[in-house]
Amino acid sequence: MDLSAINPTLLVASLMVASTPILLAAIGELVVEKSGILNLGVEGMMIIGAICGFAAAVVTGSPMVGFLCAAIGGAAVSVIFAVLTQYFLSNQVASGLALTLFGLGLSAMIGQSYVGIKPPTTYKLDLPLISDVPILGPILFSHDFTVYAALVLVLGVWWFLKYTRGGLILRAVGESHDAAHALGYKVVRVRFMAIMFGGACAGLGGAALSLVRVPQWTEGMTAGSGWIALAIVVFASWKPERVLLGAYLFGGVAILQLNLQAAGVSIPVEYLSMSPYLITIVVLVAMSANRAKSALNAPAALGRVFHASR
Amino acid sequence: MKFKSILAGVALAITAATGSLAEKTKVGFVYVGPVTDFGWTYEHDQGRKAVEAAFGDKVETFYVESVPEGPDSERVMTDMALKGADLIFTTSFGYMDPTINVAAKFPNVKFEHATGYKQADNVSVYSARFYEGRAVQGHIAGHMTKSNIVGYIGSFPIPEVIRGINSAYIHAKDVNPDVQFKIIWAYTWFDPTKEADAAKVLIEQGADVVLQHTDSTAPQAAAQAAGNVITFGQASDMAEYGPKPRVSSIIDNWGPYYVARTQAVMDGTWASTSTWDGIGAGMVGIGEITSAVPTDVKASAEALLSRLRDGSYHAFTGPVNKQDGSAWLARGETADDGTLAGMGFYVEGIDSEMPN
Repeated sequence: MDLSAINPTLLVASLMVASTPILLAAIGELVVEKSGILNLGVEGMMIIGAICGFAAAVVTGSPMVGFLCAAIGGAAVSVIFAVLTQYFLSNQVASGLALTLFGLGLSAMIGQSYVGIKPPTTYKLDLPLISDVPILGPILFSHDFTVYAALVLVLGVWWFLKYTRGGLILRAVGESHDAAHALGYKVVRVRFMAIMFGGACAGLGGAALSLVRVPQWTEGMTAGSGWIALAIVVFASWKPERVLLGAYLFGGVAILQLNLQAAGVSIPVEYLSMSPYLITIVVLVAMSANRAKSALNAPAALGRVFHASR
Repeated sequence: MKFKSILAGVALAITAATGSLAEKTKVGFVYVGPVTDFGWTYEHDQGRKAVEAAFGDKVETFYVESVPEGPDSERVMTDMALKGADLIFTTSFGYMDPTINVAAKFPNVKFEHATGYKQADNVSVYSARFYEGRAVQGHIAGHMTKSNIVGYIGSFPIPEVIRGINSAYIHAKDVNPDVQFKIIWAYTWFDPTKEADAAKVLIEQGADVVLQHTDSTAPQAAAQAAGNVITFGQASDMAEYGPKPRVSSIIDNWGPYYVARTQAVMDGTWASTSTWDGIGAGMVGIGEITSAVPTDVKASAEALLSRLRDGSYHAFTGPVNKQDGSAWLARGETADDGTLAGMGFYVEGIDSEMPN
């Protein structure tokens, strides 16, 4: 056992990269859930984003076009969910699960001719002096742009929800769609846009996986990241800043586990792998134990079907 | 049980009927990953194609890819047997017990299980002596490492993988007494995300050589991104990552064996056997050693390779101790196949605990 082999600076730097896909997906899902919609299709939207981004980047040779197409692809499949739940008033849980299954299948079909191909390299920040500063350089100034984009997005969502009129309307729709409707807000339109935003974020998350973190395309490569993103939103009790914490924590566990193994510590991997889910369950139990507090956190209209006639 | 035996009876009747019409030998393949992994499963599928090429119209092959190890694989095998397969290749270690179970239900279907050790009247086992290739990799790794840290991505702690680690370590240490192995178990045969993360962590902890016993090319990509790191192709050549990071590779060559076994089924001479061939028989190939390797290292690696090929050298030749310091092989003694097949210990010098 040689724990000194683990370099804390590199550990933090690499957990930031590893967490970015789930962070992007989670912050999108947070906005969706804040509007009162439970979309369990994150995994499906992520993998569609992963293949759309990968294919576009390979065809055009530009990672930026890839990320753009990933966002469009993720948003496009989320429209299916939006139409089903907003216009046909179908069950959100069932529709979300169907979206995940659909996304996994469709991505496998699109991706058949892209297996084993190397994507173009994504631009990485490399500032001559600043990136070489000890500790801060590797952690803050040497990542690819998705890491920064995710952080900016979290900040933006936090600001939007807290300080803007649009954010207030979104939250109102999520808390009580009947009241928001009575006030004249377009509940369906707001939710439609929130769902598409969530889809675009999940798509970006998928592309961060297929273009930066791995970088490669393989069938089913999201391997449960979408579910972890869903868990993070609950873990974070629907607060953007806590989503950041949760994502780094959940991503960090995976990286830490590998680091401990390489350093020769024999740990039962199963426990570390299940720990994110265990934490989520504990948080859920703790939250439901205190009813008044949990009522403050979860959007009151989450998962409920809205129809203007009622 | 009754329903199953009826099904089996129907299947037999159909097999008999179609058999008398077409006389086609049906060969099924169960794969653990996608055929496009460019690693383990890709090479098995090349073997399947070799069977098709060799027999043309006289044979019909089919496969199911990405079959999880465990109970679900039993369903896939049963389905193949019911579809009238005469011969089924199950190509991963974790299919061992499912293969034995399904084989017991279909005594007239021949099964071939790769890398396992359980045989039955209609189940043969076959594997390749990958550890001979690992010896060559270890030799090159020992010469090439500057940090004296070699990273190793293992899949599952099973004898096949442990043999590879031991063989690579022994031959790395032979040429570089200071070499140290860092081992990460990925607990998967194929998960590019996990493999890439594992490779990155090993590189962060100082490894400048990464060996992998998982099937995707993700560690190659991670090494390429990191810069000054070398890797070896696993199961397949992975030549697209040459001349660096990939400096050589182990290539599995299943085609000749698959053709021979299919021929045996056609001739009615198939019998349950245990096959374990290495570099000499051509089941294990070594991919081209690239220009990134200095010529003297390349020459000594090739000398080692030719001694392994003609059998004048065994990859496990004493003196070798076990990790706890107890004696295993005396000077000049070579390991017997029984011990190798069930190998569950590291050799002396590996500073890592084996998971249970």
